[in-house]
Amino acid sequence: MALLQIAEPQDAAAPHQHRWALGIDLGTTHSLVAVVRNGAPECLPDEDGHCLLPSVVRYEADGAVRIGHEAAAQRGAIASVKRLMGRGYADIPNRESIALDLLEGDGMVRLHTAQGVKTPVEVSARILGALAERARASLGDDFVGAVITVPAYFDDAQRQATKDAARLAGIHVLRLLNEPTAAALAYGLDRAAEGVFAIYDLGGGTFDLSILRLSRGLFEVIATHGDSALGGDDFDHRIYCWMLEQARIAPPCPADIARMMRAARAAKEALTQDERARIALTLDSGEAIDLTLTRDTFFAMTSLLLEKTLASVRAALRDANLAANDIDGVVLVGGATRMPHVRRAVAEFFGKEPLVDLNPDQVVALGAARQANILAGNRDAHEDWLLLDVIPLSLGVEMLGGLAEKIIPRNATLPVARAQEFTTARDGQTAMSIHVVQGEREMVADCRSLARFELRGIPPMVAGAARIRVTFQVDADGLLTVRAREESTGVEANISVQPSYGLTDTEIADMLRASLAHAADDRDARALAEARLEGEQLLAATASAMAADGDLLSADERAAIDQHCAALTDAIAHAQDTVAVYHATEALASATEAFAARRMNRSIRRALAGKNIDELELPK
Amino acid sequence: MSELPDQGHFALFALPVRFRLDEAALGAAWRALQAQFHPDRAAHLSAVEQRRALQWATRINEAYNVLREPLARAAHLLELNGAPVDLERNVGADAEFLAQQMQWREALEDARSDANALAALAREIEDAAREQQDALARACDDQQDYAAAAQWLRRLHFTERIRAEIARFSSHRMTNGTAANC
Ligand SMILES: Nc1ncnc2c1ncn2[C@@H]1O[C@H](COP(=O)(O)OP(=O)(O)OP(=O)(O)O)[C@@H](O)[C@H]1O
Ligand SMILES: [Mg+2]
Repeated sequence: MALLQIAEPQDAAAPHQHRWALGIDLGTTHSLVAVVRNGAPECLPDEDGHCLLPSVVRYEADGAVRIGHEAAAQRGAIASVKRLMGRGYADIPNRESIALDLLEGDGMVRLHTAQGVKTPVEVSARILGALAERARASLGDDFVGAVITVPAYFDDAQRQATKDAARLAGIHVLRLLNEPTAAALAYGLDRAAEGVFAIYDLGGGTFDLSILRLSRGLFEVIATHGDSALGGDDFDHRIYCWMLEQARIAPPCPADIARMMRAARAAKEALTQDERARIALTLDSGEAIDLTLTRDTFFAMTSLLLEKTLASVRAALRDANLAANDIDGVVLVGGATRMPHVRRAVAEFFGKEPLVDLNPDQVVALGAARQANILAGNRDAHEDWLLLDVIPLSLGVEMLGGLAEKIIPRNATLPVARAQEFTTARDGQTAMSIHVVQGEREMVADCRSLARFELRGIPPMVAGAARIRVTFQVDADGLLTVRAREESTGVEANISVQPSYGLTDTEIADMLRASLAHAADDRDARALAEARLEGEQLLAATASAMAADGDLLSADERAAIDQHCAALTDAIAHAQDTVAVYHATEALASATEAFAARRMNRSIRRALAGKNIDELELPK
Repeated sequence: MSELPDQGHFALFALPVRFRLDEAALGAAWRALQAQFHPDRAAHLSAVEQRRALQWATRINEAYNVLREPLARAAHLLELNGAPVDLERNVGADAEFLAQQMQWREALEDARSDANALAALAREIEDAAREQQDALARACDDQQDYAAAAQWLRRLHFTERIRAEIARFSSHRMTNGTAANC
């Protein structure tokens, strides 16, 4: 039965055809790559033995691009680009202290470089590309794909930007995985931990707090909260502000800002060991700074930042319906949790010492590698676990008067979908626009704008007669797709997406074409072959489903499906264009959706007849 | 093969079609199904299989969310029993309960500046919600009186709304400060 062909673990690829799959932690300050080798996850070092790759890119005037250590500490290097992903110019916090040449404008913020204007997606693609190269060199082999981690509190635009970066780097994304979830996975599998855990992840640029229930092979996220613009960088920024105040210097130039931020970071890290840190540097302007920062002063000037993280902790506990002492263990992740006052505050809040025994720099990548290994089909017999994650922020649509109506609530387990009916306001109206936002506030203006979906091809009818069913689907990566269909005629509306802070498919395609790393023709041919294969598989699955359960279809439904099958067969045979095959496949998949749901109900009912859930085993 | 009667979301989890719920059984059944059908289980298979897994897992979560929530579960149950209720539409007066609603609204206004009064009101409303749920369970499961169940459902719907308002209001009271810029 086609609908039940979900393979059992043992059907996965045989062990001898091990398929390499990467876990990539694409961090604000550092990035790294890990794989599972001989059953254990390990980080892959570069030639010099470093696992951590500084997330720094420098575009040289001569056309070269330097990435990582060789770009770090150089003038004009791009650092902390993760903070710009899926963000507009106006959203960037502490813009004055970012030593980057940002372009004002609509949509995702862009940067001036010696090689022209670049998007944060392109810069991130460079970092991902460097890690992919490292992995190929280290494995002496290619890999099938990667799990890339993102902050749990990343919204749809930030996630999509990350996935686009991978696409630009030529990496197949097996899954976007939330960073605290990856850490929990590494921790839980390593220690066979059970109970309710809080993961407190304070990195260079982002903060996440996730609460998970770990039990017999299940990692279930109950609630998540955070701030995708709060991390160690902000602690540096407090020191930078303090330096400006204390040293009474003129507003510094970009190079001096970068130098002062580096000094601030060094002082912050020194204070993890020492009671005081000396900050001494000479600026381009000729002015000299010579200051001593004590721990107490530093703790006091950053207490509000710490309080912000604790507010997130409280919010997550409230959503999870738990109290601080219900938490069995607290795991600290991220370099910034090395700061003693952070540790102390977390310990006091939960009334127990946090767990810090796993390397906080690597734990996210190691967890991602384990997930990647499973997703690639390398599940070992004893390795049977599942991860259930949630959507961090509610999704809504704009209603009359600028109100946001929630369609999917935050902390809903993924994947999740919700259908909503809309109607037309004017006679003969054939198009409409749906504005989708993300966030918890009541007014659209206070939420993040994700995208505007233009629906076209609505059959003309009198006002209010059309019933347009719009389905919002959030997949296991936390990414939204929207489908629309006019119910009374069954006409599938044509949707075009205008992302508010993202790149359109056309832009990505242009970037791909422009990048020398990819031979465009090859890729087009491969894409067409893949699309055809997918279409053929769907045709076969549909044929066997109709043979087995055709009685669930009315004559009209059967005719409609037959028609879509014929169209797809034709597209596969004649179309030279991937998009046409893809559309025909989509159309058939969507035409068989209701049928699929009925078959699912039937097979489950059959399986359940006279059984209780413990014996449940669905037919294959 | 003849179809069994439509048991809606309950069938998916092999649960009896009734309002009173064995939460542990629902949770266990949901996990068992996700363990089998989650998209992660199909990530190495064909695109068609991946799409199916997405559909199935979505459907399983949808059913789970309906059954988990007392309001949604009751509405689903009434629909299965041919007595659907549209909670967004206001119908006929429920005079007795209307007086209660107005009293709560007034109490909420008065409690805005008084944390103790707010907490007391929250407790009162919580108790009321529990009683309404019990009544709903009796009407559905013991008496099969779906008209009465519909009325209890409407009452519970209102009570839950005011409860959410109070929760939102209490959490606003403890909003945090934001870090100053330079
Ligand atoms: N010993 C230390 N004391 C204080 N802070 C430290 C120390 N070591 C590293 N950090 C800080 O940790 C941060 C980097 O942490 P990490 O590498 O976990 O972040 P990231 O993964 O790159 O960022 P994110 O997860 O937010 O994208 C930096 O702000 C760095 O200054
Ligand atoms: Mg990190």
